[in-house]
Amino acid sequence: MKKLTAILALSALAVAAGSARAAEPVIGLITKTDSNPFFVKMKEGAQAEGSRLGARVITGSGKTDGDNAGQITAMENMMAAGAKTILIAPSDARAIIPAIKKAQQQGVMVIALDSPTDPASAVDGVFATDNYKAGQLIGQYAKAALAGKKPVIAAMDLLPGHPVGAQRHNGFLQGFGLPSLEASSNALARPAEVACMADTFGDAAKAQTAMENCLQKNPAINLVYTINEPAAAGAYKAVKAAGKEKDVVIVSVDGGCAGVRDVGAGVISATAQQYPLKMAAMGVAAGVEYAKSGKKVSGYTDTGVALIAARPQPGVQSLDVKTGTELCWGKK
Amino acid sequence: MTPSKLPPLATLGPFIALLLACIFFSVQSERFLSAQNFSLILQQIMVVGVIAIGQTLIILTAGIDLSCGMVMALGGIVMTKFAADYGLSAPLAIACGMAVTMLFGLVNGLLVTRIKLPPFIVTLGTLNIAFAITQLYSQSQTVTDIPAGMSLLGNTFLLGQSPIAYGVLLMLALYVATWLWLRETAPGRHIYAVGNNPEATRLTGIGTERVLLGVYVLAGLFYGIAAMLSVARTGAGDPNAGQTENLDAITAVVLGGTSLFGGRGMLLGTLVGAVIVGVFRNGLTLMGVSSVYQVLATGILVILAVATDQMSRKGVR
Repeated sequence: MKKLTAILALSALAVAAGSARAAEPVIGLITKTDSNPFFVKMKEGAQAEGSRLGARVITGSGKTDGDNAGQITAMENMMAAGAKTILIAPSDARAIIPAIKKAQQQGVMVIALDSPTDPASAVDGVFATDNYKAGQLIGQYAKAALAGKKPVIAAMDLLPGHPVGAQRHNGFLQGFGLPSLEASSNALARPAEVACMADTFGDAAKAQTAMENCLQKNPAINLVYTINEPAAAGAYKAVKAAGKEKDVVIVSVDGGCAGVRDVGAGVISATAQQYPLKMAAMGVAAGVEYAKSGKKVSGYTDTGVALIAARPQPGVQSLDVKTGTELCWGKK
Repeated sequence: MTPSKLPPLATLGPFIALLLACIFFSVQSERFLSAQNFSLILQQIMVVGVIAIGQTLIILTAGIDLSCGMVMALGGIVMTKFAADYGLSAPLAIACGMAVTMLFGLVNGLLVTRIKLPPFIVTLGTLNIAFAITQLYSQSQTVTDIPAGMSLLGNTFLLGQSPIAYGVLLMLALYVATWLWLRETAPGRHIYAVGNNPEATRLTGIGTERVLLGVYVLAGLFYGIAAMLSVARTGAGDPNAGQTENLDAITAVVLGGTSLFGGRGMLLGTLVGAVIVGVFRNGLTLMGVSSVYQVLATGILVILAVATDQMSRKGVR
């Protein structure tokens, strides 16, 4: 149903583009879903930068996270609407590549936002958070926060085989100083200190269930790595129900406003914040440049990541909750 | 046909599967077989367990409800937003959420009985409608500032050494009450009759359309209760809740031995079906095995359950 509305809206846009606004560069932004606050913020950033630079930004998305077909449909419709640059947060890092190739053959510049394609060279450029670095930051924080205690770790991961999930997980272990894997690996490292690992799909309810089962497996868990802040909130529910909220350090990645609030409330000890608005704004600027001069972007551009913590640890640089709230995405 | 005339394999199958799974996991992990762990598993299945009661009623009439999870999510958002935005007390806000889920049940039921649309298509439509309204109304934001009264059923009390959630007691009570109602009362028997042979049932003077409509509204009530439990368990109104609950509930019903062709099945089997899924998820985590194997095992069990049902219908021994 949503897809149908999107198609109708896009066809209407296509007609409009053909007549009145042929001179404006058209830039398409395709997100994984149109409901996740992260992508809502990304769209806001793109629209704002578009009106500043005099470009028209059209947006589309898959129906759910993982909906590759929906993203391909959106891409085709945007090309029909005259888009010469397409910014895409790929739901499926591999399956989207044939569609990207097709677009590039028709002279469209394709930039991956938020997460790379596999291989990353399939797109003209990648504007994304360095997820391995994000993991390293919370790993270093966790090491300092445990203050020499032996870590017993539960990992609330994303889903099997996802590069972002692997980079954050492995980066976290590397940052803590445990044996880990390289940033390029898609497998999850599992040193002996990791007592329990579970796939949460970044969902609070699934993470709560997974954490309950992990505590059942090993009640001595004192450090929880979570793929994102909803998963952290779910894990905290389980930790609190077991009466261990004072003894367990929970770290996370994302920097959404709800997550930063949770840092302030002591639910999450520290989170690594990423900047979707910046990804989108840089993407739109690159699209306008391409329309003007025909110059394409290339390679990977880091859009930055910063650690947010309520209780800073010596030797680990972090921003306070107030600054984190100013920079966050979602409802403040 | 009455529940007592069920073929023995379809009735015993789910219990045997659960027993075998429990024996397997007890051997694999010394932490599995404890009252505290079983209480945990029940807590983890209470939401889908209550949805599955409504789903069982509908499947007994040879229908199916794909909208149940999304309707539950909408009910949860209505409850939490009414409390957070308008300051309604917890009971009043919960009642409003339940009214919405029952309204969806009524719409499903009217479309099925009055316009004679197939339940699969009707509920596919209302699934999308409920999803869209949930996202629009909540602006895709999780509602966290909820009154304390709303998480009451997620709280636990100690029974011996094991913490038991109040919501689990509610779920078990609902199962027993609905099971007795289906077995012992005339309206309960009518549901089996409608599923078995609607035409013959109509000719005996039973208002089959009224029975069907009642079943869909009643199912809506169960989704509302599930919404309340989901809010209590997670402590938030989550617009992304319920995405897989329709298939999870149907899985529980089918694993529990209820026939997708209607008219046959035992409600307590559904509870066992839901527990089986919870046991696999819990047990595999305790073993340190990826949860993908839970999906694999569930898939195999579903096919076994449906095949058993189909063969017993055809009289294959």
